[in-house]
Amino acid sequence: MSPSPSLSTIETPLPDACQDDDIVLSARDVAKSFGNVHALKTVNFDVYRGQVTTLFGENGAGKSTLMKILSGVIQPTSGEILLEGEPVRFASTTDAQRLGISIIHQELSLAPNLSVRDNIFMGRELKGMTGIDYAEEARQTRALMAELDESIDPLTLVEDLRLGQQQIVEIARALSVNSRILIMDEPTSALSASEVEVLFRVIRDLKSRGVSIVYISHHLEEALTITDHAVVLRDGVMTAYAKRAEIDLEWIVRNMVGENFDLGSPPTGHAMGEVALALDDVSVADVSVPERSVVDHLSLEVRAGEIVCIYGLMGAGRTELLECVAGRVPLSGGRVMLEGEDISQLSIAERIDKGLVLVPEDRQRDGLVQTLSVGENLSLASIKAFTRGLLTSGRRERGVVEESIANVHIKTDGARAEIGSLSGGNQQKVVIGKMLATHPRVVLLDEPSRGIDIGAKAEVFRLLAEGAASQGLAVIFSTSEVGECLSIAHRIVVMSRGRIAAEFGADVSKEQIMAASGEAVVA
Amino acid sequence: MSKHSQAPVRRGGGFDLARILLEGRAFFALIAIIVIFSTLSPVYFTTNNFLTMSSHVAIFGLLSIGMLLVILTGGIDLSVGSTLGLAGVVAGFLMQGVTFDMFGVTLYPPVWVVVVLTCALGAFVGAINGVLIAYFKVPAFVATLGLLYVARGVALLMTDGLTYNNLGGRPELGNTGFDWLGFNRLFGVPVGVLILAAVAILAILALSRTPFGRWVYSTGGNARAAELSGVPVKRVQVSVYVLSGICAAIAGLVLSSQLTSAGPTAGNTYELTAIAGVVIGGAALTGGRGTVRGTLLGAFVIGFLSDGLVIIGVSSYWQTVFTGAVIVLAVLLNSIQYGGRKKRAAKAPATPSSPSSTTTSVEHATVGGKSPAGKPATQS
Repeated sequence: MSPSPSLSTIETPLPDACQDDDIVLSARDVAKSFGNVHALKTVNFDVYRGQVTTLFGENGAGKSTLMKILSGVIQPTSGEILLEGEPVRFASTTDAQRLGISIIHQELSLAPNLSVRDNIFMGRELKGMTGIDYAEEARQTRALMAELDESIDPLTLVEDLRLGQQQIVEIARALSVNSRILIMDEPTSALSASEVEVLFRVIRDLKSRGVSIVYISHHLEEALTITDHAVVLRDGVMTAYAKRAEIDLEWIVRNMVGENFDLGSPPTGHAMGEVALALDDVSVADVSVPERSVVDHLSLEVRAGEIVCIYGLMGAGRTELLECVAGRVPLSGGRVMLEGEDISQLSIAERIDKGLVLVPEDRQRDGLVQTLSVGENLSLASIKAFTRGLLTSGRRERGVVEESIANVHIKTDGARAEIGSLSGGNQQKVVIGKMLATHPRVVLLDEPSRGIDIGAKAEVFRLLAEGAASQGLAVIFSTSEVGECLSIAHRIVVMSRGRIAAEFGADVSKEQIMAASGEAVVA
Repeated sequence: MSKHSQAPVRRGGGFDLARILLEGRAFFALIAIIVIFSTLSPVYFTTNNFLTMSSHVAIFGLLSIGMLLVILTGGIDLSVGSTLGLAGVVAGFLMQGVTFDMFGVTLYPPVWVVVVLTCALGAFVGAINGVLIAYFKVPAFVATLGLLYVARGVALLMTDGLTYNNLGGRPELGNTGFDWLGFNRLFGVPVGVLILAAVAILAILALSRTPFGRWVYSTGGNARAAELSGVPVKRVQVSVYVLSGICAAIAGLVLSSQLTSAGPTAGNTYELTAIAGVVIGGAALTGGRGTVRGTLLGAFVIGFLSDGLVIIGVSSYWQTVFTGAVIVLAVLLNSIQYGGRKKRAAKAPATPSSPSSTTTSVEHATVGGKSPAGKPATQS
């Protein structure tokens, strides 16, 4: 067990042994595995009384897993949790809540069909003389809302609230149970700037009341304005800790990304071909607000053998763009041209036949069929290749599957293994392998590195680079991590509010990309 | 780390016997039913009785196979019992001859034409179901519940509530042979059973050896992923309801041939028996899991159980109680079998982070609780 070069050394010294560093909750050697997937590997983590501790880390670093363990949603595979120095075990969130630990989830856990009041008192309704004491519940709800500076009526249905207001309701619910420790998983991702200010005021107020906060956010600068302690996770391992005063943005990014990991470079030495995919003035309407466009008159050309990276923040329209090109969502304007042919009206299946495939962002929801085996998943998109007449040929299918397993280097017990037995990275490779087995000419990948470790990430990028160089594939991948833009892409397109905000060559810097995306503006 | 990775291995090894019993439960249940009733009644274990029971099973089996296709895609078809009844009535109506007042003639279609038209009717009912569900997004439960009432109502309207008793046809009209569909025997085996066997073989082939079969399983397993992989999900959905309707029509023909009469109330509540057969056969009502073999076993379990209870003279009230208990037990066992799997599969997405020990993550795998991570811990 020797420290490796890829881990940046922790130059920040140990925090001084201040007396006010009163630890209220800590995790000792906590590890969590799901089958073969090691989400957390013996992590130590402390929460300080009346202070904000922020967890930094990329997607899939294990932040959410750690938070779920601390709040009783899941139980660790090994290790223990100490509350006020005493070992505790939470069998459920109710257990944790009883001990004063509440979590506000990234995905809201409100019942949209109930009112704000009913949501806040869900599961612990106040009993009065005649059933539930609605008046008292409403009064307390109003008091909570006043505290949070929100003028939400207690009887409003949650589904009628904006996402940001729903977030406020979640916070109010956590406050109403007198939590000593409040875990906030990306609480600001759906909030407007003014709502973020309110939230931060609330957080400061909570701190002064001795409430400890664990905070997770992807908006680094924003998190830095509120936090007292910074902890960085990477690939399930805690890589750095420091006090707020001792660090800056650059320290966090360096520890999050890891300094020297090579995600590859743009493949060279092959001639770029003709334009393979051309988007001509493409628009996509918002599903809920049809007058709004999530992709707004966007034009883009990608040539055979070229790799284009689309960078953008959440809500920039990356997913919608790729899904409309693949045929999942309809265009509201413009044309999609594949090798000079207008494919705007074709179905998903027809576009796959023509050689255009999409590797979706959420592989559990859109990529894998969990009830099928690894092999059946791999062959799902290319059934025609092993069908003769009416019947499929088991022998030919095995050929297709084994070729895919070898081509994309899937580590599996065999084609008949259950898909759930694979690690996240290998599951992602199954989705990619499935689409590559159709022998496409244009490959779209929506956040292909989401939730996979850095080794698998590098391997996925190497695969794509190889495909572009040797088979003349046109590759478009999207990402929300700046580090990934500067890997194999020949060209980086920055999207913001459904439009192309900027276009760069491979020699661009991270700062330029972030500036173009509007990221620096936040908070 | 190696300590944790052993857990799934151990789970796979130690539970072997329990697992065999669990996965083969429909088969063992059938054996148990045969053994128990054979000891209780001397007539149960005879060739003749088995053939009689099998011809009863043929009806449920046909419905169950159609139902299986629907359930595999994650749907449900409550209309099959009514479709069965309507199919029988329409067949009976056609066998009486169709009079065209305008031309003053009466046509007596031959039996094969009756069969084709009846199956087309079943397909039509199924197509209505499928289009409502796939294209108009009506929940399957509601759409097929509606068709359950409509089809039954049409059957009652057509006959005014009466039953067609004369299905034999007349030689001079060239429409004899209806009894061939279920009443007669071929090589000593009731034709209905042979029809069930043929349909089952076709279904097995379709599910395991054709693209359509793979589409059915993937649609039920994850329709979104299937669609993005180029599976024509909507067409698959319509197809399974059409096939279920055809199976119900075939069952209607076989039943009215067996009974040599076609009544508008035939097949009442058979849809529930069909669902029970599929469920006892181990299919998941959430879709994506299930086999024809299991479904056939399930149909035989129900049929042999209820006939056995009749033979040993248990009152029909108790039969209902027994059948219900068996169904609940089957669903319970299903959730045990799939529950374990689902938990494992569902937990993986919760933590997409996957530093698999097999890939190149040697560099970061080593830190653990040692140096940097230990710092904040030790200072407390």
